[in-house]
Amino acid sequence: MRGIIPLMLFGLLILGMAFGLTRDPSVIPSEMVDRPMPAFVLPSLYEDKLDITEAVFDGEISLLNVFGSWCSACVTEHPKLVEIGESTDIQLVGIDWRDTRKAGQAWLRRYDNPYDAVIFDEASVLAIDLGVTGAPETFLVDTQGRIRFKHVGVITNEVWDQEFLPRIAQIKVDGA
Amino acid sequence: MIAEIGHIALILAFVVAVAQSVLPMVGASQNAPRLMAFGDRAAIAQFILTAFSFICLTIVFLSSDFSVKLAYNHSHSAKPLLYKISGVWANHEGSMLLWVLILATYGALVPIFGRRLPSSLKARALAVQAMLAVGFMGFLILTSNPFERVVPVPLDGKGLNPLLQDPGLAFHPPFLYLGYVGFSISFSFAVASLIEGRIDAVWARWLRPWVLLAWSFLTIGIALGSYWAYYELGWGGWWMWDPVENVSFMPWLAGTALLHSILVLGTRHSLPSWTVLLAISTFSLSLIGTFVVRSGVLVSVHAFATDPERGVYILALLGITTGTALALYAFRAATLTGAPSGKSVSRDGALVLNNILLVSATLTVFLGTFYPLFIDAVSREKISVGEPYFNLTFTPIMCLLIVFMGTAPMLKWRADNLSRLKSTLLKLFIILAVVTGLTYLIGKSVLGALALGLCAYLAFGTIATILRRARFGELPRGQSFALLRAQPAATWAFVCAHIGLAICAAGITAMSVWGESAAKALQPGQSLTVAGYEFTMGELENARRENYEFLGTDVRITKNGKEIKTVHTERRYYPIRNMLTTEAGLHLSLRHTLFASISENPNPASEAKWVIRGYYHPYVVWIWLGALLMAFGGFIGLADKRLRFRGSEVTE
Repeated sequence: MRGIIPLMLFGLLILGMAFGLTRDPSVIPSEMVDRPMPAFVLPSLYEDKLDITEAVFDGEISLLNVFGSWCSACVTEHPKLVEIGESTDIQLVGIDWRDTRKAGQAWLRRYDNPYDAVIFDEASVLAIDLGVTGAPETFLVDTQGRIRFKHVGVITNEVWDQEFLPRIAQIKVDGA
Repeated sequence: MIAEIGHIALILAFVVAVAQSVLPMVGASQNAPRLMAFGDRAAIAQFILTAFSFICLTIVFLSSDFSVKLAYNHSHSAKPLLYKISGVWANHEGSMLLWVLILATYGALVPIFGRRLPSSLKARALAVQAMLAVGFMGFLILTSNPFERVVPVPLDGKGLNPLLQDPGLAFHPPFLYLGYVGFSISFSFAVASLIEGRIDAVWARWLRPWVLLAWSFLTIGIALGSYWAYYELGWGGWWMWDPVENVSFMPWLAGTALLHSILVLGTRHSLPSWTVLLAISTFSLSLIGTFVVRSGVLVSVHAFATDPERGVYILALLGITTGTALALYAFRAATLTGAPSGKSVSRDGALVLNNILLVSATLTVFLGTFYPLFIDAVSREKISVGEPYFNLTFTPIMCLLIVFMGTAPMLKWRADNLSRLKSTLLKLFIILAVVTGLTYLIGKSVLGALALGLCAYLAFGTIATILRRARFGELPRGQSFALLRAQPAATWAFVCAHIGLAICAAGITAMSVWGESAAKALQPGQSLTVAGYEFTMGELENARRENYEFLGTDVRITKNGKEIKTVHTERRYYPIRNMLTTEAGLHLSLRHTLFASISENPNPASEAKWVIRGYYHPYVVWIWLGALLMAFGGFIGLADKRLRFRGSEVTE
């Protein structure tokens, strides 16, 4: 009977993986949408003594982008963020998540830094409050600091044009 | 047209593989020689068709035919020739085609080198090999067709990721795949022999060179990947324990265990169950490795979910392949009995211990890699498992392994006692103590000293083993030299591989304990000091080259006023992908690596607009030299005459 043990262990592994596969994080809507940004005080990636709080979102339409130097999909997404940073007046706020300062800074040096501010969230403090499931993930925050939309995964040109641009236009209409 | 021809060739190869997976199997069970012989021809036909298909895709890339979607997405007419070629496998579809090509190549080598194998075993193994091919070609044709066209035809391609435009990466995947897929042969033969219900020493001896070959290629592949990460990513890390690296390391660990247990099976007829299980799990880990990287499941949960069709196919393929093999094993386990293994103090006993340690190491890496994924699936909680975990769990296992590796090869098969080795052991422990003591005095690190002591102990233990085998000190010197020359290739393979590991471990230790780096915002002419070396920034230059613009500077490295080398570092901008990369300037030497890299100063108020980072990495090159020596050892082992086929042993 001993011979069946490897098969059973492998069966468990496959079950686990199959279970993981059904959990498509991109179809789960964020519980946070249409709620105000949770309050937080976290250091900047570049300056330990410089605190960033939810006040950073006041009066600006912002994209809050979760990334990390360990995240390979973020490399794919990055040029789009750089382009957004250069071509629009939207404020880009980054959360360097589960990272080290050194690696996070090196990564941004390497790929260019499109962010107006980078929050350093090593211990998932803000990430847990936001219900972040992985990186990259992007929140659209309006001028009153409310989360309006959450996108899980890479922002492709299609996602930007179809999901973000109409909502940004809506925020501008609401604000006016 | 070429793309369509390539596509048709791939479909034909698929059809051949389907036939090859059924007919020889039927032939073997009905003892029909013609059906069994079909396997040989089909394996070669399958290889020719797949190779043809691969050549077609390469021509598409070389001729910059952007009507093919893959070339459009991953190539560009301005790209240098080498990267047009490597662009073929620098993407999901192309790399899967390369995978299938290598699978077919190994399959075709079986009839060439296995003429004297029992025909039923060979037929069954070829059928299993073809089943794998059916699975992967099906995956390629159904979900990832590399020959898909795009309408309207774009003017130019979207280029290749500049990070991937590097010779290290151009050659890394082929070697890695030669390793991964090489283990398919041991898998196919393990399954075939499970069907036959017989696993014996002859089987093990025939399979051993294939395991050696795959293992050596995998070693080179991992070393190339590590070297590439080191100098291209430029963060001074040669190994980050990230999931992508871990999944290539697991088959290596399991493959190393397989290599040793197949040795025991081949000489002592024991451990058949272990060997079969290791053959199955090594290849399964290779499968997991290929797909985890290709699907991105570990790095980002999202990448996996973006293409559920591929994810489901992959999982089903893995489940069927490994599941069937393990079910067969469960069915046959009771009949797999070998000779009883030797006493615990014997080479058999030591090799069992080696297997236990290597399997524990594999499990440790496996847990560290997959645990976050499971936690995520079950409780949606994100945890990260990084270097501290591996330092705490993997490093002690490896140290223990080195302790045994230093002396165990001196033991005799079956039964031995340690008192016979007393004087050699004493000398080795003196070496260990002296090296540890000296290193501590110079380097001021207890752990570093102990680790280097262990490396020296392993190297000298290996040399002592070969000297003992040639009976130096017992026989007159001339006779000992004659004995030394008469040692089989396998002995030299063992010497190279074990010393290679000692060198590699020494490099790892030196690098992690004594490496230093510093960064400073500089203006031309100013300098910074790292570990006694002065890095002086030269003039900035700004220009355009091939397909990128760059901004760079020379950095002069001096020590005590004496010039060591001037290196060049630059920031590159690739307009096609809108990407920036950093090229570090390296000074590689056996003793140390010095390198400098340039980046923008994040503080815009400062007058110095650029930050120069200097690194001092002692003995880091030893890591890759050690790995290459290990792989070289593997290739030497292939030349062993005892592994050549002796027909009389097998013909039934």
